[in-house]
Amino acid sequence: MSESLQNPSVYRALGLSDEEYNRIEILLGRIPNHLELAMYSVMWSEHCSYKSSKVHLKRLPTEAPWVIVGPGENAGVIDVGDGIAVAIRIESHNHPSAIEPYQGAATGVGGILRDIFTMGARPIAVMDPLRFGPLDDPRSRWIAEGVISGISGYGNSVGVPTVGGEIVFDETYRGNPLVNVLAMGVLPTERLVLGQASGIGNLAVLLGSATGRDGIGGVSVLASAGFDETTDSSDKRPSVQVGDPFEEKRLLEACLELLEAGLAVGIQDLGGAGLTCATSETASRGGAGMDVDITAVSLREVNMEPFEIMTSESQERMLAIVEPCNLAQVLEISARWEVIADVVGKVTGDGQLKIRDGFDGPVIADIPAATLHDDAPEYERPLERPSDWSERQRVDAGLAENSDYESDLLFLLRDPSWIYRQYDHQLFLNTVVGPGDDGTLLRLRDPRTGKETGRGLGMSTDGNHRWCYVDPRMGTKMLVAEAVMNIACVGANPMATVNCLNFGNPEHPVVMWQMSEAVDGMAEACIAFSAPVVGGNVSLYNETNGVDIAPTPVVGVIGMHPSLNKPPPGMGITNDLTVIVLGQVVKKNVEMGGSRWAWDVADCRDGRLPEFDLDQAVKTASFVAGLVQKNSVSAVHDVGEGGLAVTLAEMAIRGVTGMIIDGLGDHRLLFNETGGRVVIGVETEKVNDLLKEANDAGIPAETLGFSGGMKFRIGEVIDIGIDELTEAWRTELPDALGQGTVSA
Amino acid sequence: MSQRIGVVQFPGTNCEQDNIDTIKNLGGDAEILWHGSDTIGSVDAIVIPGGFAHGDYLRCGAIARFSPIMTAISRFAKSGGVVLGICNGFQILTETGLLPGALQKNVGLKFLCQMESLIVDSTSSAIGRWFKSGEKLQIPINHFEGNYVCSPEVMSELEAYGQIFLRYESNPNGSIGSIAGISNKEGNIIGMMPHPERATSDLLGSIDGNRILRGLLEGNVKNNS
Repeated sequence: MSESLQNPSVYRALGLSDEEYNRIEILLGRIPNHLELAMYSVMWSEHCSYKSSKVHLKRLPTEAPWVIVGPGENAGVIDVGDGIAVAIRIESHNHPSAIEPYQGAATGVGGILRDIFTMGARPIAVMDPLRFGPLDDPRSRWIAEGVISGISGYGNSVGVPTVGGEIVFDETYRGNPLVNVLAMGVLPTERLVLGQASGIGNLAVLLGSATGRDGIGGVSVLASAGFDETTDSSDKRPSVQVGDPFEEKRLLEACLELLEAGLAVGIQDLGGAGLTCATSETASRGGAGMDVDITAVSLREVNMEPFEIMTSESQERMLAIVEPCNLAQVLEISARWEVIADVVGKVTGDGQLKIRDGFDGPVIADIPAATLHDDAPEYERPLERPSDWSERQRVDAGLAENSDYESDLLFLLRDPSWIYRQYDHQLFLNTVVGPGDDGTLLRLRDPRTGKETGRGLGMSTDGNHRWCYVDPRMGTKMLVAEAVMNIACVGANPMATVNCLNFGNPEHPVVMWQMSEAVDGMAEACIAFSAPVVGGNVSLYNETNGVDIAPTPVVGVIGMHPSLNKPPPGMGITNDLTVIVLGQVVKKNVEMGGSRWAWDVADCRDGRLPEFDLDQAVKTASFVAGLVQKNSVSAVHDVGEGGLAVTLAEMAIRGVTGMIIDGLGDHRLLFNETGGRVVIGVETEKVNDLLKEANDAGIPAETLGFSGGMKFRIGEVIDIGIDELTEAWRTELPDALGQGTVSA
Repeated sequence: MSQRIGVVQFPGTNCEQDNIDTIKNLGGDAEILWHGSDTIGSVDAIVIPGGFAHGDYLRCGAIARFSPIMTAISRFAKSGGVVLGICNGFQILTETGLLPGALQKNVGLKFLCQMESLIVDSTSSAIGRWFKSGEKLQIPINHFEGNYVCSPEVMSELEAYGQIFLRYESNPNGSIGSIAGISNKEGNIIGMMPHPERATSDLLGSIDGNRILRGLLEGNVKNNS
């Protein structure tokens, strides 16, 4: 350890600040060598340490009687009854996808799946909330096409269905797309495994791919810095990992087999910060230390430096902690699945992470394992409301009226099926409601026997940068409510939330204010819906040339359908139904701020969000879930982007049936995005009972009109044939992304 | 006595459990046949399920055909045993030469996962005999390489020997003759791109796939034991 590293250029190049470097010297009591410095730099990166967000995340609710594992582990775990637990997690792969769309998205899927099977759960569902720059920008189209192909190529091949997600195109994501990915798995409750290394003398076995030079410093170089025009993004391409779904599939099967046989005391995936993170996290969680033999790691390339081996983010690798007596069996299972298994270390009692050159060879790095996590810096960064906040709030976003409501409506319609038909969304035979509807609904079957439980899991991912830009606190409340309302539409009551907090540069006080406000809004909503946050991810530095993205917290909500004996009615309207909107009361001059109409039609990003009553939304969600569970409605659809007009049009298109709607005479009533509303279609003879039931439950209900014919009519202002409506809805994405390939 | 179905698993196969669950729900018995085994034991019929055998690297089915189990399956099939290849299983059967033709990339050059309406054509195969010609079935597809191609000579043989089991009502992938599933001349080896195991419950939107897999449980064309 002779080399002096007090030259700031060395640690700054690794992404460490002067202050952080000094902290390392104090912790070690000496000058760190290059390897040690590299290990601290990845572990203390924003991506791994949450150093800017930790102070805010503490305000989120994380507990409920059914929560088994909350945030901090590889995935959150909840108890769903019958001895079955569900593991769930969401992550971002934004920066890798901006640079190398296919591999960025593919490795995002691979990484989140490992987080799930690390817990002992078989992953059974993936969801992909995606956000790209505008469709008329060629580079954004290239990114979108690559990301979608990457998810399809990796997800389908690894054998986990992609059952839902979101698609958004907006100027704010032009240089910085958001590629978030959620995964969910089921496990017998007793099989739950945690990422801990315990038992002195136990062995650390590295399973999966050989280690290469791909992805070195991915967390510090890529994920923890923004993009600007001086960095040619192709320079950063070597920091993006390359995925191999076939390797992941064999690794998944091998790991699940050895966990089922009880052959691992702990297991941890290798994601951001690679072997450094996996060894130090397992050791410090287990209150132990670890000796790692750098020479035992199978390599893809010759002459790799120790720091490269310790920080490589090569994909498809896991670290299992195994008792020596079980090693032979672990190696046998690995061999059968053609998975490389190297004994790379052993658990020690001294709390030190020692990297050695040889199994008992000389020590080349010696760090107190816990300091890589527990002593990571925590910043209470300055926060500040935007200086033009009050001014922006005073703007009426509904002023720039365009009187051609028909063209506004046609413009706002979008069928996402061009995307999701590229994803296997049916594998495992659980998908009762797949992508393209409000929420996803999966049959819940016993992971031990495959037997149906007669219950279902509802899931939805939601974000809304427009709402959150206009008002991050209220916007976040509304998007949590939207996710809950989406699963209510498939008959599920909420149980838990996971979040992916996508924001700009945390060194900008306005960004920290946005995050702080969003966290408070999320906390309030998650408490109100009894859906605590069981896990999440923070993605910062989403900026291009110093311009931050609009704040984009994304949530995934999971819930329970207690009596699944019939598919939910879905959004398609059928003939002769009464069309009713449930939820919040909307006043005539409702605010249009943050609506898709204001942003994309009127080109206005200011204004206020419509009034929103969270308690009312809680009651409405529970009421709607009940209606679906009792099979007492014939069609149901959450009111989201584009307001009532788009919601009703989608119901007509999906049901290939017209509607005659009264009222809604202006753009505000047609396109406002007041949260917490659901449209239902009800058979005429059931209407009176239903209205009474709604009234008794304190749910505002308003009859809008009736279904029938092949014309979509709203008062005097809209009169469009279903064919024309369908054409506009169906062709946008294939025309823009698929060179016009509408389904053959 | 209930029929025992062998379900083949290569590394990368992913529909094995879905087929086993379905077969069991239909009253049959099912077991995994590992790709490295050179024997099929005492099964009555075989399913080669969907997925990405050996990662579909090189070309779909191109590596799987060399797995030891395929030699045993060829022997079984040539002696009249019933073999059903679904999706990747169909691709493997054409690569092995047990079925004619090949499956290339879909015309739109995109993966497609969606419900399809199928029309039963020939009813002369071991499974086809349980259907009426012209019947419509709702069964989803899930593939990138499902575009069936063959030479004009093979096509006229397929027609002449009643080997075309299923056609798409509206061709999603560019297959010649809208072919969705075929059999060999003897009718005991059947390959189809749609996934019957995914159309086995009202909760999943169709139950038409049950009839295909039930057909498998009814035994061989020639020796129905």
